[in-house]
Amino acid sequence: MLRQKIPELVCPAGSLPALKAAVDHGADTVYFGYKNDTNARNFAGLNFDQKAMVEGVRYAQSRGRHVLLAINTFAQPGRVADWQRAVDGAADLGVDAVILADVGLLDYANRRHPDLRLHLSVQGSATSYEAVNFAHREFGVRRAVLPRVLTLAQVELVIKNTPVEIEIFGFGSLCVMNEGRCWLSSYATGESPNTVGACSPAKYVKWEKSPGQMSTRLNGILIDRFGDSEPAGYPTLCKGRFEVNGDTYYALEEPTSLNVLEILPEIAGIGVAAIKVEGRQRSPTYVAQVTRTLRAALDALAGDGERFQVKPAWQADLAKVSEGSQATLGAYNRPWR
Amino acid sequence: MSQGFNIPRFKLPAFVAKVGARLPQWPHAIALTTALNAAKKLKLLPEDSLAMLEGRSFFVDVLDTGGQAHFTYRAGLFRPLFGAMVAPDLTFRANLSAFLQLVARQEDPDTLFFNRELSIEGDTELGLMVKNMLDAIEWPRLPGFHLPRLPNFRH
Repeated sequence: MLRQKIPELVCPAGSLPALKAAVDHGADTVYFGYKNDTNARNFAGLNFDQKAMVEGVRYAQSRGRHVLLAINTFAQPGRVADWQRAVDGAADLGVDAVILADVGLLDYANRRHPDLRLHLSVQGSATSYEAVNFAHREFGVRRAVLPRVLTLAQVELVIKNTPVEIEIFGFGSLCVMNEGRCWLSSYATGESPNTVGACSPAKYVKWEKSPGQMSTRLNGILIDRFGDSEPAGYPTLCKGRFEVNGDTYYALEEPTSLNVLEILPEIAGIGVAAIKVEGRQRSPTYVAQVTRTLRAALDALAGDGERFQVKPAWQADLAKVSEGSQATLGAYNRPWR
Repeated sequence: MSQGFNIPRFKLPAFVAKVGARLPQWPHAIALTTALNAAKKLKLLPEDSLAMLEGRSFFVDVLDTGGQAHFTYRAGLFRPLFGAMVAPDLTFRANLSAFLQLVARQEDPDTLFFNRELSIEGDTELGLMVKNMLDAIEWPRLPGFHLPRLPNFRH
């Protein structure tokens, strides 16, 4: 019997300890970004300066793992050179690939650094094989990260019709998943992941404690109000509870985490090249917990093949670090399209 | 690799906080600022993040011990704040077990926050910066001194 081909495990790193935790707990690949707005996780105190990047690349590559640098925001008017310098820096660092979303930047990277491997970011919002093949034909993109809106059958259709490796999300917080096209944060604050590298930037967020409850405001807009025993979520508009026609509820979506453990055999079976873990904003502890669990599951899949079974302990470990009280298979198993 | 010591989730009985709150609070602030200054001296805290703490005031409230520490960062040093309490720029509140789990990297701060075991009030951006600064610390691996570590399935 042919050994099942196992997807690569791609894990997040918002700091050097998180990167080392990912490598130590079994990530095949880690991804990180600069401390600036070329990075869609541009949060205060997070991410890598030059020294930490050099050390991170050395730590991972000397152990046979790969490093990806995410430059996954869109170059802003008058400052295109900042994004180009970020790509040049990635090439100098010797990372294994850059993750880009901006078409202009893909073109720059392809012309200027023909040996630099290019991945199309989820923020590039390519949901069809035509879009993926366009990025391949025009810029030599070798891998694309698919937005979290496709069913598994649609992911398979993309894989069958492209020479580009396909990476999909396997675990982490979900948002409305209108990736690369979401205006909700800009609507409330004037700033969004595409422009400043952060959804709901912290300077606009207020947690207001009062007896028995906590209110979350984004630039003054009340997003949610939690009782003392209710779980909290990230302060984004898409996860807020709003009054609609007299009823107050999660009008867009409830805070939820994606978890694909149950469908790992199908994911591997259709030829997904890599599984990505969300959460560069999370701590080294989260990275260690999620990485070791997915590593154990992928190793079990490699060993057990069709007899693969999800262990309750894996689900318990992942449920503990999830945002929201529920984990879902997201769009992967939805019956409608 | 051994699993090491695990800090359980616990809450001290209510009388502890009642007694604790009546005790002088300045020793907590002195102990905490001494530890932070020691970490700074060891260059564990990144300079660019430290610069953003200048002149800001912090309040750490250990709910189930009644222990509180009020301090600031000024001219390169963490300093206890005494006397009448003005509204701090940033407040962290949690039970002792949550603080211990955080420091030992046994629990993720976002997890504790989602579960309402850790509360962060005040300047949210400052809070995020402090959280990320603590996450970025590379604790030295001293012989005979081990932070609790997770079991590793790979080796």
